[in-house]
Amino acid sequence: MNDPRPLPTSALLPGLNDPVHDSQRVFRIVLSALSNPASLHALADLPVPPAPMHAAAGAVLLTLSDYETPVWLQSPTEASAAWLRFHCGTPLVTKAKEAQFALIDQPLAMPPLSGFAQGLAEYPDRSATLIVQVRGFSSEGPLFSGPGINGQRRIGIDGLPGDFWQSWQNNRAIAPLGVDILFVSGTSVVGLPRSIDVQNKPARGGV
Amino acid sequence: MNALPGYNFAYLDEQTKRMIRRALLKAVAIPGYQVPFGSREMPLPYGWGTGGIQVTASILGQEDVLKVIDQGSDDTTNAVNIRRFFNRTAGMATTDRTEEASIIQTRHRIPEKPLNENQILVFQVPLPEPMTRLEPREAVTRKLHALADYGLMHVKLYEDIARYGHIATTYDYPVLVNGRYLMAPSPIPKFDNPKLHMSPALQLFGAGREKRVYAIPPWTRVESLDFEDHPFSIQRWQQPCALCDAEDSFLDEVVLDGGGRMFVCSDSDYCQTRQAAGHTGSENTPTEVSA
Repeated sequence: MNDPRPLPTSALLPGLNDPVHDSQRVFRIVLSALSNPASLHALADLPVPPAPMHAAAGAVLLTLSDYETPVWLQSPTEASAAWLRFHCGTPLVTKAKEAQFALIDQPLAMPPLSGFAQGLAEYPDRSATLIVQVRGFSSEGPLFSGPGINGQRRIGIDGLPGDFWQSWQNNRAIAPLGVDILFVSGTSVVGLPRSIDVQNKPARGGV
Repeated sequence: MNALPGYNFAYLDEQTKRMIRRALLKAVAIPGYQVPFGSREMPLPYGWGTGGIQVTASILGQEDVLKVIDQGSDDTTNAVNIRRFFNRTAGMATTDRTEEASIIQTRHRIPEKPLNENQILVFQVPLPEPMTRLEPREAVTRKLHALADYGLMHVKLYEDIARYGHIATTYDYPVLVNGRYLMAPSPIPKFDNPKLHMSPALQLFGAGREKRVYAIPPWTRVESLDFEDHPFSIQRWQQPCALCDAEDSFLDEVVLDGGGRMFVCSDSDYCQTRQAAGHTGSENTPTEVSA
């Protein structure tokens, strides 16, 4: 017990109510979100994570991260670090490149996609999954196409930097390397694997 | 139905499930690429579907309805055992009906009935690397995948044509997924290859001994390798199913007691559904209840 950091037991928020079945439920929705990209998936009955984490982001980390997966937080707080360490046992890293999961809560100030693990030519799976918290989703937005989409699909993702879709196409260009993204807002999640093409011809206005 | 006490839900511990789930998500993100995973020892030997079972155990929930088929049949040893395994360790509801299942674990077939977007098909895979018989070194096959250099497989198919006059590969016929990765579809007959293409259902593949998972997301291009002058074609039979008269299903040859033989659907649910609907073949007269 030489660790000088006190464990904030009184302030620690609970994790998943039923870890076995709740994590299975969350996983299946994440699996569905990544295999049906650019479509909205809703999670329900989630625990309240510490700020600035959205409920869906917290649930995804509780479901997928553990001592094997370094996590990078864009805005680390004492409460969120303690929460992840206690419930998942995940190592928190300060270098984005070392992370397997990254939580981005300020997309406008996010590092470039190339700043995260891209995978290796022989092992493209060794790349980061980004959880990006956004303002919300709408029906007006860019057109997406690729594996998992029958034809084309349109969805608006609010609160991304203006050049985001350009950097996404750069990420797309190095496929099968590159990062995969889960956009979350509140309890909703939208998957965007690296295999998806975007056509950013906004029908009206733009980001 | 209640699961046996003393086991975690669906047998695997939670850390193992998380590890497999992470591998599956990367597999979906990189269609056709083989993701290494830490395959666990299961209470049945390698070769009996340990890869498929670990995938199923990691995705399975209490709401799911599970169907397990072996060579298309719900009633063979492997299928019955795996169904009972999940029945005991997860208290799962199981079914024989393709349309009622939310997860279908399969060995060597894809059901005849078209799948829908709410279903997941889990394949048991013995040899995930399509080039393993041509190049046994994994370091080399990984490099070939990285470079998308699949000339080796084209030469193999060409040698078939040079020797037999046609491509003689009839099962585990290599496919190219999303125009990028060469993939072994597991030993399904090439008859089933067209069903892989633009399937509304998510398709997951698990190889336990070889410790690999891979995936084909829904609505993904899957092309069987061929040549312009030797296009890919599927098996055809001279006669329809002897029990249900189906002309569009994969037929197994059955040797009869009298020394004759008949050809019947390998998909037992498809055949029985057709018979229940009044279709009869040459080997069962309309007055018989079933063969």
